[in-house]
Amino acid sequence: MDNLSVEHLIGIRDLTEKDIQIIFQTADSFKEVINRPIKKVPSLRDITIANLFFENSTRTRLSFELAQKRLSADIVNFSAASSSVKKGETLIDTVNNILSMKVDMVVMRHPNPGAAQFLSTKVKAKIVNAGDGTHEHPTQALLDSYSIREKLGDVAGRKVVIVGDILHSRVALSNIYCLQKLGAEVMVCGPTTLIPKHIEQLGVKVEHNLRKALNWCDVANMLRIQLERQDIKYFPSLREYSMQFGLDKALLDSLDKEIVVMHPGPINRGVEITSDVADSKQSIILNQVENGVAVRMAVIYLLASKIDR
Amino acid sequence: MEKQVILSSKQFELTINRLCHQIIENHANFDETVLIGLQPRGVHVLDRLKTQLESILGRTITCGKLDITFYRDDFRRREKAIIPSVTNIDFVIENKQVILIDDVLFTGRTIRSGIDALMAFGRPEKVELLTLIDRRFTRHLPIQADYIGKSIDTLTTERVNVEWKEIEGTDQVVLYSQEAHG
Repeated sequence: MDNLSVEHLIGIRDLTEKDIQIIFQTADSFKEVINRPIKKVPSLRDITIANLFFENSTRTRLSFELAQKRLSADIVNFSAASSSVKKGETLIDTVNNILSMKVDMVVMRHPNPGAAQFLSTKVKAKIVNAGDGTHEHPTQALLDSYSIREKLGDVAGRKVVIVGDILHSRVALSNIYCLQKLGAEVMVCGPTTLIPKHIEQLGVKVEHNLRKALNWCDVANMLRIQLERQDIKYFPSLREYSMQFGLDKALLDSLDKEIVVMHPGPINRGVEITSDVADSKQSIILNQVENGVAVRMAVIYLLASKIDR
Repeated sequence: MEKQVILSSKQFELTINRLCHQIIENHANFDETVLIGLQPRGVHVLDRLKTQLESILGRTITCGKLDITFYRDDFRRREKAIIPSVTNIDFVIENKQVILIDDVLFTGRTIRSGIDALMAFGRPEKVELLTLIDRRFTRHLPIQADYIGKSIDTLTTERVNVEWKEIEGTDQVVLYSQEAHG
């Protein structure tokens, strides 16, 4: 069987459909492993991985760490809040220092778009992008599509609407690439100010009415409003946003068909979705989290097999 | 490549039959015995043994499939990534007598990985090894089989293929050797 066509995981844009299928197939096996009594395999015993988080994260960081531990890799963690970055060290210096301690792979989250790409050209280690600013968040998109595949059997031919802050969302961009490569139809929905201009050029539909969007789709991926990235006001108030683009049980039940509800987390309950929707049987939010570990194990396993010895 | 049939279709059937009776000899009561085939090719041996054993004993035998990909010791020493097969063990192996099953026993490294992989599911009382073909004197590890279909002496450059009716069209075991030079 072939391996991935890429040396690093920077973005979904660089992957082929076959790459994504290889990752999913490998993730199937890891999903079985993490449901065993002993949830650990010794594959990466001699690999050291550094997790560099220059931006806050709970789920992604925990998920990566668990994935690495379940593959028996050695790991070192680093977060910008408690490091020399505060003292003025550059990104390359920080990373080169860590690499001179013999690290084979770097998982990095960074607030600047392109940080992972930049790093991959400068240092000799496998890079996994865990989110770079508003650019891409490839493992999230992979686990989202994996969860759709698990729930509906296949991604091809499905209609997926991504609702919310498309402008600031790396999850949205990665998801658009990933879903399209797998043959799904994608629509984005949100206030005009939060939909990037010319996004139709990526081949997605644009809709500003949530009810219409939901009636069209099989799956709705509800994104969080990223207040921390918004430098100006894009809509009058959270309450108004929630009235127009929030998903509640009444709206969900009034649709002609049963749709699947997803959310990449963290949820702002009562803003983009209400609690009863988040906890309903149509929601696969917690499956997404479980699949996240399996998908990340697959990515790390496949990239690690390309490390020269 | 020179091709030589080691086990013909008829001998193949007799060998499977004999292995079944040897297992029955050692495991009078199959309540505590489970058969586990190693992916990918050991599973075919398992399927044959299961069918045969069940028809002899008139009861069902607990069987599972085990994939050892993540336990291999040659990860990153190969050109390509190894994509795993399915593991399917939906029973508890704690205190069970396990018979591990593979088609060809060669260096013993697969079996070493298999034992490791098995232990992730619990602590069996006893583990035995069954192999259809034992390539003698080629071991890299101190591992021997308890049940052997046929022992053969081969060079490491030679290749032994177990072929199945369901896949290749005929039940047979074939030895491929490079043609002699000069």
